[in-house]
Amino acid sequence: MRTARSRHLVSGAMIGLTYLAAVLATLPLLLILAHLLAKGASSLSFAFFTHMPKPVGEPGGGMANAIVGTLVLIGIASAIGLPIGIGAGLYLAEKKSSPFASSVRFLSDVLNGLPSIVIGISAWEFLVRPVGHFSALAGGVALGSMMIPLVTRTTEEMLLVVPTSLREAALALGYPRWRTSLSVVLRTALAGIVTGALVAVARIAGETAPLLFTAFGNQFWSTSVREPIAALPLQIFTYAISAYDEWHRQAWAGALVLISIVLVISLAARFATRSRFGAPVD
Amino acid sequence: MTALPAHWLDKDRRRLRVRESAIGDRIYELLTAVCALVVPALVVAIAVAVFAAAWPAFAKLGLSIVTSSDWDVAGGHFGAAPALFGTLVSSAVALVIATPLAIGVAIFLSEFSPAWLRQPVGFLVDLLAAIPSVVYGLWGIFVLIPLLREHVMPFLRDTLHLGSTPFFRGPAYGPSMLAAGVILAIMALPYISAVSREVLMAVPRSQREAALALGATRWEMIRDAVIPYARSGIIGGIMLGLGRALGETMAVTMVIGNRPEISASLLAPGYTMASLIANEFSEATNDLHLSALMAVGAILFIVTLIVNAVARWLVWSVGRSRAK
Repeated sequence: MRTARSRHLVSGAMIGLTYLAAVLATLPLLLILAHLLAKGASSLSFAFFTHMPKPVGEPGGGMANAIVGTLVLIGIASAIGLPIGIGAGLYLAEKKSSPFASSVRFLSDVLNGLPSIVIGISAWEFLVRPVGHFSALAGGVALGSMMIPLVTRTTEEMLLVVPTSLREAALALGYPRWRTSLSVVLRTALAGIVTGALVAVARIAGETAPLLFTAFGNQFWSTSVREPIAALPLQIFTYAISAYDEWHRQAWAGALVLISIVLVISLAARFATRSRFGAPVD
Repeated sequence: MTALPAHWLDKDRRRLRVRESAIGDRIYELLTAVCALVVPALVVAIAVAVFAAAWPAFAKLGLSIVTSSDWDVAGGHFGAAPALFGTLVSSAVALVIATPLAIGVAIFLSEFSPAWLRQPVGFLVDLLAAIPSVVYGLWGIFVLIPLLREHVMPFLRDTLHLGSTPFFRGPAYGPSMLAAGVILAIMALPYISAVSREVLMAVPRSQREAALALGATRWEMIRDAVIPYARSGIIGGIMLGLGRALGETMAVTMVIGNRPEISASLLAPGYTMASLIANEFSEATNDLHLSALMAVGAILFIVTLIVNAVARWLVWSVGRSRAK
C-alpha cells in the first residue's frame, strides 16, 4: 500500500514535469527568433530591400526581386484562394448536413493534409509541363490551392457562430436569402473570416516546396505572371545550402524579413479577432 | 431566443418573395455551390495528375520501387526503399520526441498553468506552426546541426554508451536522421499540443471533481480520470502531427544529408521521399526518372491520406461522444 505521502510526491513530480515540458516546448521558438535577430539583423541593410542579388564573390546586394516576387505570389494565391474558400465556406454553413457538404468538408481536410510537395508536382503537371516553362502563375495557383481548404473551414466555423435568430430576423423582414447571407450573416462574421484569411496568407507566405517546380525562382527582376519569378523562401533555400559565407548572411537576413512578414500578418490576424491565431487549423 | 418553426418562415418567404430575389437566390446558391465543388475537384485533379504520371513507373518497375535500394538514374533503376525508410524513421523519431512534450504542455495549459501564463505559453507554442519550414531548415543547418555534432551526439554515443547499440553507432556527421527527427519534432509539436489541449479542455469538470472527491491526488486525477476520457482525441492529434512530419519537405531536405542508404544508426545521413522529389524533380533526365519521382509522390499521397483520415476520424469520434 502506497502511503499518501509518496502519492503526493509522485503527483508533485509529475506536475513539475508538465512545467518542464512547457519550458522545453517554448524554448525552440525563442532560440529560433533570437538567432534570426542576432544573425539576420547584422546582415540587414537598406540595400537588402532595394538591390538585386549579386553574383558569388561580390559583397552586398539584396533580395528586392525576391521580396516583390513573394508579394506577387501571395497576391495571385489570395485572388484564387480567398473568393473560392469564402464561397465554399458559405455553402457549407448553409447546407450543414447534406451528403455533398459532408464530403466537401472531408475532402477539404484531405487537401489541407496533403504534403505541399505533392501539390507542387501536380501544379507542375498541369501548368508547367504543357507550356514548357516555369511561371509565377503556376506558383500562385499551387499556393492558392493550399489556401482554399484553410479559408473554407475557418469561414464555415465563423459563420456557424452567427445566431440563427439574426438570420431569421432578416428573412422575416423580407430579405431574400442571398442578401441575408451576404449582408447580415457574412457581415456579422466578418472579423473572424478576416482572421482566417490572414492566417491562411501567413501559412502560404513562407511555403517553399510548392514553388520549387512552379515559380522556380529567378535571378533577375520579373513581375510577369508568365515568367519564372523569384520568391523569398526559394532564395533563402538556395543561399542556405550554398557554400559561401556571404550567401549564408543573406539567407539569415532573408529569413528575418520572411519571418517578419509572417509574424506581422499573424499578429494582425490575432488583433482582427482576439480568439485563436496561427494555430494549426483543423 | 427560440427559433421560429421553419414552416412559418417558408410561408412568409413565399408571400414576400419577389421574382428578382428568387433569381438572386438561384445565382447565389449556384455560385457558392461551384466554389464548394472546387474542393473535391482539386483533390481529384491532384490525384489524377500524380497517379497518371506515376503509372509508367509503377507498370515498369512494379514493387521494386518500394523494395529496392538501388536508385541509379543512368542505369534506369529506381528503388526508393531508403527514402521510404527515411520518411518513416525520421517521423517516428519526431513523434518519440514531440509526443511527451506536446502532451505535457497540453496538460500544463489545461490543468496547472497559472491564469496569467496560459495565454502567452499557448501563443508561443502555436507560433511554432507559423514559422516557415525553410526557416527551420536554415536554423537546423547553422545552429542545430553544429549543436548535435559537437555536444549531443558525442554525449549520446560515448557518455551514455548508446554507441554500443546499432542505433547510435558510427561517426557524428551532423546532417543525419537524428537532426531531421529533432527538426520534425519541433514542427509537429504545435499540431499535437493544439489538438490535445482542445480535447483535454473538453473533458467535463465533473470528471475531475469526482476523481478528487474520491481522494485522488492531482496527478492521479489526470492519469485516471482526464486522460482516458481524452485518449482517442490525443491519439488523433498525434496522427495529425505524424501527417505533417511525413510530408514535410524543405526543413528535412536541408538537414538530413540526402544520402540514399539504409542505416540503423540515427547518427548517419538519410533520405526521405519528399526530399528525393525536391532534389531530383527539376533535373529529371528522362521520362522514367520523372515518372518514378511521381510514383514516390503518389506513395506519399496515399500514406498521408490514410494517416490524416484516421486522425480526423479519431478527433471526430471524441467530438461526437462529447455531444451525446
